[in-house]
Amino acid sequence: MVATSHDVMPDIELYQPTDEDNALALANTLGSDGWILAGGQDTFGWLKDRNKAPSAMIELTQIDAWKGIKETADGVEIGAVTSLTEIANNPIIQARYGVLAQAAGIVASPQIRNVGTLGGNLNQDARCWYYRRGLDCYRAGGNICYADSPEGLNREHAIFGASRCVAVSPSDTAPALVALDATMVISSESGQRTMSAQDFFIGPDRDIRNMTALDDGEILTAVRLPGEWADAEFYFEKVADRNVWDFALTSVAAVMKVSGGTIEDARIACGAVECVPRRLESVESAIRGQQRSEELGARAGEMAVEGARPLNYNNFKVPLMANLVARAVRG
Amino acid sequence: MAYMHIGKDFVPPDVPGKVTGRIKYAEDYTRDGMVYSRLLTSPIPHARVLDIDASEALAMDGVFGILTADDVYPDGEPQSTGLKILTNEPTLVGEPILALAAIDEKTAETAISRINVTFERLPFVLDPLDSLAEGGPNGYPGDNNTFVFRQGFATEKWTEDQVASFRAGNEPTAEAQQTWSLGDLEAGFAASEFVYETTFTTAGYPHHSMEPRSAMAYWEDGKLYLHGTSQSLTALADGMAPIIGVPKEDIVFINAATGGGFGQRARAGSIPSMAIPAKLSQKINRPVMMRITREEEFTIGGARQGFQGWVKVGFKPDGVMSACDIYIISDNGGKGGGGDASSAADCIDVLYQPDALRFRGTSIVSNTGHRGAQRGPGQNQIAPIIAPIMDKAADALGISRLEIRKINAPRNGDVAGPRQTPFTSAYVPESLDMATQQFDWEGRQSRRRQRNGSKVIGLGLGQGYHNAGRSGMDGIVTMGTDGRLKIHNGVGNLGTYSYASTSRAAAEVLKMPWESCDILNVRTDNHLPITSPQDGSNSIFTNTRTMFGAATDMLNKMKEIAATDLGGDPADYDVSNERVHQIADTSVGYSYAEVAQRALELGGKFTGEAELPEELAEWTQISVSRLAGSAFMGVYHDPRHEGNPPGFTVTCCEIELDLETGKYDILDMVTIADSGTIVHPQGMKNQLVGGAVWGIGLSGYERHLYDPQNGLPASTGYWQSKVPTYLDTPVKIGTGWVDLPDPENPVGARGIGEPSMGAVSAALTAAITDALDGHHFAAAPITADMILNHLAGTEENAVPLAQNNFRG
Repeated sequence: MVATSHDVMPDIELYQPTDEDNALALANTLGSDGWILAGGQDTFGWLKDRNKAPSAMIELTQIDAWKGIKETADGVEIGAVTSLTEIANNPIIQARYGVLAQAAGIVASPQIRNVGTLGGNLNQDARCWYYRRGLDCYRAGGNICYADSPEGLNREHAIFGASRCVAVSPSDTAPALVALDATMVISSESGQRTMSAQDFFIGPDRDIRNMTALDDGEILTAVRLPGEWADAEFYFEKVADRNVWDFALTSVAAVMKVSGGTIEDARIACGAVECVPRRLESVESAIRGQQRSEELGARAGEMAVEGARPLNYNNFKVPLMANLVARAVRG
Repeated sequence: MAYMHIGKDFVPPDVPGKVTGRIKYAEDYTRDGMVYSRLLTSPIPHARVLDIDASEALAMDGVFGILTADDVYPDGEPQSTGLKILTNEPTLVGEPILALAAIDEKTAETAISRINVTFERLPFVLDPLDSLAEGGPNGYPGDNNTFVFRQGFATEKWTEDQVASFRAGNEPTAEAQQTWSLGDLEAGFAASEFVYETTFTTAGYPHHSMEPRSAMAYWEDGKLYLHGTSQSLTALADGMAPIIGVPKEDIVFINAATGGGFGQRARAGSIPSMAIPAKLSQKINRPVMMRITREEEFTIGGARQGFQGWVKVGFKPDGVMSACDIYIISDNGGKGGGGDASSAADCIDVLYQPDALRFRGTSIVSNTGHRGAQRGPGQNQIAPIIAPIMDKAADALGISRLEIRKINAPRNGDVAGPRQTPFTSAYVPESLDMATQQFDWEGRQSRRRQRNGSKVIGLGLGQGYHNAGRSGMDGIVTMGTDGRLKIHNGVGNLGTYSYASTSRAAAEVLKMPWESCDILNVRTDNHLPITSPQDGSNSIFTNTRTMFGAATDMLNKMKEIAATDLGGDPADYDVSNERVHQIADTSVGYSYAEVAQRALELGGKFTGEAELPEELAEWTQISVSRLAGSAFMGVYHDPRHEGNPPGFTVTCCEIELDLETGKYDILDMVTIADSGTIVHPQGMKNQLVGGAVWGIGLSGYERHLYDPQNGLPASTGYWQSKVPTYLDTPVKIGTGWVDLPDPENPVGARGIGEPSMGAVSAALTAAITDALDGHHFAAAPITADMILNHLAGTEENAVPLAQNNFRG
């Protein structure tokens, strides 16, 4: 029987650790049975609909060490449990990493940003409704993709990088962090490791059940923004059906070093077109050293969508992505 | 006319409760010993229940019992369309199969998961045209795909070629189930200078009421106490009693506030799920709370029918619409319902007064959410389709877009519809003038299609209509020896404040200070009269008539008592300052408290014990009989009125559309109403602005999505269905009204609920079309992906005219 919206929380243990060691110990002990949450915006729907059935929740909002925004020798470090509202309104982020402030400030709705955290926004699961509905698709452990079929509803799905699953990266902040070349800080009982934002997000070709490189027992605890891209020229735009409480149909995040109208260096990533934020390295190479102009923007847009393979209902993402990249490049 | 209350703002008595959160909805009530019910609903779009094994669930601690279709329909389920209480042959995903009661919701949910239902899967269909095609699946019981009034389930088929031709953009050639026509269509088209023909589609749009249709019930001393939701307490309870199987005198329906009821909570037949806790409570002998989830509210909460249509319109050189030929396939959903298509054609006849019109329509099943009432049956779906056609005609004939609407506008004395019913009054040209002046329509024409980078300006003008008044209901007012006026009002508290604003008609008659009035509503044992279901824009017209009538009866009785006791003729008396007194000498008279005392002493007709109107409804008779002898009483049965009291709106809007994203901002919007005398200006403004948001949703946002592979609904909540949000609507929506009285209502009022949506939808669609150099999508909604595909010249993969799919 297919799951329907039960709208009742199941019996489940709740752990609310107050320090890092306890949290990491719980994560290690519970492994895949432990559901890590902070704002809970990507939790309660799963659990109330009974489409995920962990035995325990590990709630992180009492761990102060994983909250807040602080300047470091080489940029800024943001605790993963910091709310999206705090990031959007933080003067340092606004002044030096405006692309992230913009991205965080347009996630969902004010109410969700008030409780939703950076870690939650980055770690949220695929929003494909077939998957969320509890159907036995590839991502859920089955052997079919309902969206990538002749009749599938796939207007919001991927135009790049499909590999059995065609869900897209739903995070608004993820493309901004990839563009900023952020470093993700991952903690576990066995220590800490770091990796680039670009490597943090993984596609279905590598792991169809997970959208990030986090292993069981690991927690994303902080994000580091490098000084190299502070105070660059930024462009962020998200196009969604609605202006509040919606996921991107396509988004673009661009950071550029521009001098006298010439692009000296750039990093650009698009959201909602692939299972991971899509870094546009060929576009970056092509515009490096070029004068910003309408023509350059148009060429960049065309280049950005090369190789796109739209599904039945998402042809529109091709011109949309091209237009957004053009807008980012032309300035 | 100078009124004491009519046309003036006031604070309705429920406002403090709404602001503080103290007012109670059905889910807020508890009762000692109350248990909780959960529903097992169909996971399959069309199936037959072969077996229910609930043994494991019933053996669980804390589980008290289940209720099935066999319990509620011991003689078999009714073989008709419409929602059932519970069913063994679901025709949509989410239809309730059984209810289970347990000590708490978690236990109930766990128990539900241990019930094994064996289903026989039956063919299902999501697009009516797929069913209409020969060999296509039939989604109704008995392998049928339609329902014919007084005949029952039936099958309607076209050849595959006929369906393919229609999808390809051609006039349907098959015979329609229903047809009516006016004038000489052939002559109309022959006289046309400009003819426009297109197929079109509109998506179904569901209620999504903020308050789900939860209910709580218990039985005490042989009476059923049912806490629920409704648009009209008495209209709902009157129909709910026979559904539950309880005499009308033994049901107490309690409903202090309703969180949204846009037609689907007007009548018991559209909300039979409220019978579930009543029946379950009767079976297990405990109070039962049944909370309805957001998804359940979507599936059984009702949606408007989607249209798959073809229309051909002709205009004479002078701009007069000379002919309109329209053919509509209505999406009946899984449970049938709605005469939207005929009403859509009627709306064209009303708003544009064509010389000739032909309507043809057929209603076909889809195994999707229940369809029926939802703010405008057909008038609002057709509004965004026709508005751009009016603009195309204007441009082709060299007439301004405003002028062509004025040329065709309905006026006083005009008639419309299959029965050519005259309007009670109509001031559409005046509304067009007022709207365009307030908006500066002419001044903005220079901005049309003006480019600013990637953005372009579009202007739109729209009109909306709905029949806005009925009659034949009852009114009761009473007065005790404290001299306070008690207004017994069965109108539901929807947030429109109509229960209060209609009550002010009674206060007006008796020149009663508002502070000295008490509205008795909230529960039917407040002895309420039968009222209109408060659907179809009819509350203000219908229920001010009954309130006015009941108060007038009391007024006449006051004068009669005073004249008998104090001398003179009743005509020599008037009322003021809470006294009935001689006109010539105001010192001669009774205070209201005194006249109420005299009424009690006199009894008989003065206290509802004699000389009651013969036509009182059964429900009203019960209420009056319980009040009889206890208070001074005014009772009234409202006779039928003549003509069609219309509600009209006109909307102007300006948008700025981004050609690179397909998104647009609504820069400005003005909506003007022609709805008679305005009773409550603040309430009126709320109606216009609320309707505007819905119109924006219809034209630009709301989707009704089902997966063709398995029939599952994909737009059950507020996120996926894309109802507009605060930032999708204009910062300010200008409102106004022509405020001219209607002769068929004692205070001059007509309704407005439905039209406020249609005019905005029409204006917004016209503005989008304008910004895109006249590209006519002939669809609602028009979304960013459609605009982008059009601009990029990308062929859409969507099946033409598809329903419940909406481009994936």
